[in-house]
Amino acid sequence: MDDTAIKIEQLSKQYRLGELGTGTISHDINRWWHKMIGKEDPYLKIGETNDRSTQGNSSYVWALKDINFEVKQGEVLGIIGKNGAGKSTLLKVLSKVTGPTKGSIKAQGRIASLLEVGTGFHPEMTGRENIFMNGTIMGMNRHEVKSKLDEIVEFAGVERYLDTPVKRYSSGMTVRLGFAIAAHLEPEILIVDEVLAVGDAEFQKKAIGKMQDVSKGEGRTVLFVSHNLSSIKMLCNKAILLENGQLTQSGTVDNVIQKYLSSNLESNHYRAKKETPLYVSEAYTKKVDGSASDQFSCTDQVSCYFKISSQMAFKGQCKLLIRIVSQSHTVLFSCETELIDGKTSYELTIPNNTLTKGEYHLDCIIYHPAVTQYDHIKDCCYFQIINNNESFSHLEGFDIGNVYNQHTWS
Amino acid sequence: MNKKEKWDTIISPHHSLLSLNIKEIWQYRDLLRMFVKRDFVTYYKQTILGPLWFFIQPIFTTIIYVVVFSRIAKISTDGLPPVLFYLCGITIWNYFADCLNKTSTVFKDNQSIFGKVYFPRLITPMSIVISNLIKLSIQLLLFILILAYYVSVENLTFEIRVELLIVPLLILLIALLGLGLGMAITSLTTRYRDLFFLLQFGVQLLMYASPVIYPLSSIPEKHHWLLKINPLTGILEGFRFAFFGGVGFSYDTLIYSAIVTIIVFIIGTFIFNKTEKNFMDTV
Repeated sequence: MDDTAIKIEQLSKQYRLGELGTGTISHDINRWWHKMIGKEDPYLKIGETNDRSTQGNSSYVWALKDINFEVKQGEVLGIIGKNGAGKSTLLKVLSKVTGPTKGSIKAQGRIASLLEVGTGFHPEMTGRENIFMNGTIMGMNRHEVKSKLDEIVEFAGVERYLDTPVKRYSSGMTVRLGFAIAAHLEPEILIVDEVLAVGDAEFQKKAIGKMQDVSKGEGRTVLFVSHNLSSIKMLCNKAILLENGQLTQSGTVDNVIQKYLSSNLESNHYRAKKETPLYVSEAYTKKVDGSASDQFSCTDQVSCYFKISSQMAFKGQCKLLIRIVSQSHTVLFSCETELIDGKTSYELTIPNNTLTKGEYHLDCIIYHPAVTQYDHIKDCCYFQIINNNESFSHLEGFDIGNVYNQHTWS
Repeated sequence: MNKKEKWDTIISPHHSLLSLNIKEIWQYRDLLRMFVKRDFVTYYKQTILGPLWFFIQPIFTTIIYVVVFSRIAKISTDGLPPVLFYLCGITIWNYFADCLNKTSTVFKDNQSIFGKVYFPRLITPMSIVISNLIKLSIQLLLFILILAYYVSVENLTFEIRVELLIVPLLILLIALLGLGLGMAITSLTTRYRDLFFLLQFGVQLLMYASPVIYPLSSIPEKHHWLLKINPLTGILEGFRFAFFGGVGFSYDTLIYSAIVTIIVFIIGTFIFNKTEKNFMDTV
């Protein structure tokens, strides 16, 4: 039996960059004219792959280009990729918020998408009214909502506030209510964006548990987008990797995550040129001997080199803050130094035996405490710690945390 | 089983011109109901006078019109008491203006919802027309109350006429016209914002180009054609004719209005359907 739930063929989505203004009407007329005389849309032939950092020649880009994949029924598919790789566009096309430019999506069963929780909540209406409102927007009919009402209220934990307008709710309560409604939808295919990033730890656990129930217990197909690789690992059994609008890898979660991380390592060396008066112009990691590298063993020191470009005097009031971030986007620890007028090169050394095997990156912030932030580079200098020595190597594959700590036994 | 036939949902860039998909709208009928309820309930939340506001608005407008147009400008009201004449015009005109104004900003006002979740977009303008219909019925009630006052106290001669039966048809026509125009405008404004500014004063000007504050009979005969181009003329005149009779009205004008309305509605739906797919990219 053929149990394909979603089949995506040659899916492409083109966007026009820049402002929509005076050029719009002439392009529209040109496009219409080509259609009238039976030719192909002239603007579909042009367009470049969507690489944000390089200056393109065309004002059209492909946010998605020739995407092909299939999802089997009951599969939980993770979609990963860097910012701007096309993940959100793919979800938008899948949830029919925007149409594709070329290609098609075929699906079996009702699709419900959770790009945001609490869509259509009206602040003046009560919790109860909003449950009906939001539920029907998501495609339930009112009898379905009615039969699920008690479950939803209990899951969200808002019993006391049920007849209070939603504008009086705390933001956490609103999110919980929104997720609770979404979680009780019963579509055959569920599309989830990073909505789990909200709510407190307890609720996140509850939400992930619910997602697992939905996929495993009830055999429904779930498409899940997240930056949080550990939740992808936990929930999904398959994954695809998007890069610049193209599908570059698909397969088991572990393989795809591996590929994603290795492609990140290529971007270890950070260079920038900005108009702002104070910014980080270069950053990379290197070994003790001075050679640039993005692979270290546990016993190596990790040196991080930063070049600061400044066109202002800051009289020792500005600081450079470096955060060491794990692959699951958890900040492990931070190091800070004061910037000195005239000094452009700074080097941070992370002592050996600090980080455990894994992938890490840095987060650099230049700021004037309590005044302003001059520069903030998120996710730069990806580097990898590999386990070359004996310590803990017998625990390969077991989560032992990210940081070794000084300790003694007696 | 044929493999090709079993997909429930197919998303592709091409679709037929008038794929209205009435079945889908029917599936979402509860959403339509919720939207109407939301509009109605939130309209007078946190007000002291509550639903009374539905009455206050036409009453005050009528008073102003009586003073300005009847007393000061001395425009004819076709022999009717000015209060009834204006209230009648205002009630039906306001319905049209509200439908047009609100539907013409559907895409702009609902960006945040439309950008996050799919449902047949046509539900939104439909809900506007329906929730305004409730408002219209309340205001029609006011009109009938005041009419009853004039008949019983001021001895206005009024008879229940067969022509009253065309009132629902007139309301349907004016709703379709407002809806059709509004849908066309909201679709075009996603690309060309200019139309929005045009509409802002356009609706006001349109009122003066329609027989709301004056009867058609007060215009010189040779200029009638000019006013009759406006499809609203037939509907507004017909509305007054249904209640009060008179000589100025002919069914030809109404048939013309009906034809124009249906054409506008079809074009509006067509443009709306074409736009809803990709408007998120241009709005």
